[in-house]
Amino acid sequence: MIALFLRDLRLAIRAGGGFGLGLGFFLIVVVLVPLGVGPEGRTLSLIAPGILWVAALLACLLSLDRIFALDHEDGSLDLLATAPIPLEGVVTMKALAHWVTTGLPLTLASPVLALLMNLPGPGYPWLMLSLALGTPALSVIGTFGAALTVGLKRGGLLLSLLVLPLYVPTLIFGAELVKRGAAGQAVATPFLLLAGITAGAAALLPFASAAALRVNLR
Amino acid sequence: MTPPAAALAVTDLAVSRGGLPVLERLRFTLHPGRALILRGPNGSGKTTLLRTLAGLQPPLAGFITAPPETIAYASHADGLKATLTVAENLAFWAQIFGTGDIGAAVDGMNLRGLLDRQAQNLSAGQKRRLGLARLLVTGRPFWLLDEPTISLDVASVALFAEVVRSHLAAGGAVLIATHIDLGLPEAEVLDLAPHRARAPAAGGLMGAFDEAFL
Repeated sequence: MIALFLRDLRLAIRAGGGFGLGLGFFLIVVVLVPLGVGPEGRTLSLIAPGILWVAALLACLLSLDRIFALDHEDGSLDLLATAPIPLEGVVTMKALAHWVTTGLPLTLASPVLALLMNLPGPGYPWLMLSLALGTPALSVIGTFGAALTVGLKRGGLLLSLLVLPLYVPTLIFGAELVKRGAAGQAVATPFLLLAGITAGAAALLPFASAAALRVNLR
Repeated sequence: MTPPAAALAVTDLAVSRGGLPVLERLRFTLHPGRALILRGPNGSGKTTLLRTLAGLQPPLAGFITAPPETIAYASHADGLKATLTVAENLAFWAQIFGTGDIGAAVDGMNLRGLLDRQAQNLSAGQKRRLGLARLLVTGRPFWLLDEPTISLDVASVALFAEVVRSHLAAGGAVLIATHIDLGLPEAEVLDLAPHRARAPAAGGLMGAFDEAFL
């Protein structure tokens, strides 16, 4: 399973792997918003948590259909399904590789971009914490969506429509955590709920994803 | 490789494709050391049968008995990653199947000179050779091969026949769907034409209704 994880990372980093795609998109959105909204610092810091989280979520969404589509096209998904590792393990490793190539860079880049959004000082640690805690859920839920749509040609639209409603709770509690952290309020409730969503998704969804893959591979 | 304790046996098997039954009343046993060649026109269900045996889809009826974790399946697609080198592609599958050593596979399919070449820069025949070399690193006794010789030249077909022969000698077994003569005179041939599924009105099986929508 480690081999699969390392292969996915290697594929993402090599030419055409789409490693910088999510990060580039995140950067573009967050750079453009202050230009569109105007330079007033108070407005920007008011919307900063929401914009940063929405941009991170869309950046994750952008690379979802690559999780299984490429492996399905070249036949390696069939071969993985007949390999000795369980499909649940394949799905988990795929989600983990997606997070390392998408969610983790977003988390690391977020403080720099939060500067552009004039996020209040106390919000920075909470922004990084909320992204580090929330983006794994985005990857796991997205992997489930990708597994559902794997056999479809141009399944990207359907994938986004399926996955977006499932992303809503993560977005709400993630942005709320940053907002409260930036305002110096109590953060325990959104923090625990965000952690709960991630833990629940990571524990349950790999089984659903594997089941969906089995049906789609017939 | 440890020789399999038992054979791959198929009893009254029926398989379906897209909700329609394509083959039925299949009954054969593949013993270690034997090769079985599937023959039949296009669309006769060779690929569907192999996918069912590999466990990628459930049979419509009947039973497949095989020792667990003994089947290696090679489809039309080679499952290669274009941006990985030949060695990396093979090493990945060797790690997945827990065998680790790619030397025998590299020599068996004559890939020694291509090891550091990216798979996207290989010719179609070279890709196919790499795809077939993957079988050698699985370390599994039963090979299910779907048109293994497509885009191979005469020398490579002979090379592949040699690989199959040494696999058989080591206690393995192969099931090959092919249209051409592989140069394996000892192989038995299973003609799929008599097993074509009958219409339900003539006593054949009904396909699963919901399958047509999956």
